[in-house]
Amino acid sequence: MANPSLPLIFLDAAVVNNFVLALFLGICPFLGTSAKKETALNMGLATSFVMVVSSLSAYGVNWLLVELELEFLRLICFIAIIASAVQLVEMFVKKYSPALFRSLGIFLPLITTNCAILGLALFQTAKEYDFLQSLVYALGAGTGFMLALMLMAGLREKLELARLPTVSQGAAMTLMLAGLLSLAFMGFAGLGGSHG
Amino acid sequence: MAEASQPAAGAKTAADPFNRQETLTADTFLRGLWEENPVFVMLLGMCPVLAVTNSAINALGMGLATTFVLLGSGALVSLLRHWIPKQVRIASYIVIIATFVTVVDYAIHAISLELYASLGAFIQLIVVNCIILGRAEAYASNQRLLPTLVNGLGMGLGFTLALFSLGAVREILGNGTLFGMQLFGDSFQPWLVMILPPGGFFVLGAWLLLFAWLKQRRERRLLAAAGAAAHG
Repeated sequence: MANPSLPLIFLDAAVVNNFVLALFLGICPFLGTSAKKETALNMGLATSFVMVVSSLSAYGVNWLLVELELEFLRLICFIAIIASAVQLVEMFVKKYSPALFRSLGIFLPLITTNCAILGLALFQTAKEYDFLQSLVYALGAGTGFMLALMLMAGLREKLELARLPTVSQGAAMTLMLAGLLSLAFMGFAGLGGSHG
Repeated sequence: MAEASQPAAGAKTAADPFNRQETLTADTFLRGLWEENPVFVMLLGMCPVLAVTNSAINALGMGLATTFVLLGSGALVSLLRHWIPKQVRIASYIVIIATFVTVVDYAIHAISLELYASLGAFIQLIVVNCIILGRAEAYASNQRLLPTLVNGLGMGLGFTLALFSLGAVREILGNGTLFGMQLFGDSFQPWLVMILPPGGFFVLGAWLLLFAWLKQRRERRLLAAAGAAAHG
């Protein structure tokens, strides 16, 4: 892809190649924090913020590594950046909203091992996006993650009221739901031209 | 610094009741394959499970790569467990894991360009596979080298088995092939959605349903047997 325009990048990351439902990134928090809409929204916001911070830092560090011809250190550097960004968010949330801090619980530090974020850093490097494109890509990915999380949380809240056979309660049903959502998102494939 | 922190760490481990050394048994190995299977039981490492299992060969490649990282990082974490200060242990584990992933990444790139292309970014994303960090934190960080290796091998093979059982089903249904070999006649209509993203969710959901059903049936039987014993 030579030089896609900014709205296209946003649309591609948020809907067409949705990080959760089309690329299978960040499934753990997707399954773990999508039981309630409120938690889902907060988790989505926190993840989006980390995405933007780490995407921008990854862009800078990648430039530095290419200059120094140390590309083989890329992975280690990226993960270190993400861990620091998560630490930053954690301190920020703890200070300004202790209630939110408690409701996110273990999933907040686990953003570090959210593959959507490392995936974002790796994809933007592979696609050779410039600074502005990276920023838009990160915003799109964050929006897409939040969208998937909110949709899933809405579905699961409704499902609480339905009578299910006991055997299908829990993870199995959640995965089937995710499959249906993913099927729905496939309808967007092809929107905005070819990708990859 | 390292010498200073070592006795302190040793004193702490002696006082910690959770820090038992596990004796090596067959269970150390078998647990990961079935009872604590990382995918089907613990639901860890979902992203690669769903993303790369659109064919059996991809699933096997990914499983073996993950097993290698699991073994390598487990060994190093276990050997360095007295030298890594508690406060920075997660960061240290991540760096160790990232090192091994870089090795695997370059190795697969050299061995099979085809596999490298089809696994894509997911090789590098092994870094953030919760199974590996989870093993490092929960097992390797307080066990000796040999149990760590055996347990890691069991977990890795359990992961590979799960990936394969997904990949094989998806390839057979979605493409009518297994390892690229045609299984059905020309009249077979491939169930295309199975190799597309939704298929991953559906097949994993179906496996979980099957296991939940088997478990429920076994529990009912046990209950019935207990009831019969009580009456008899």
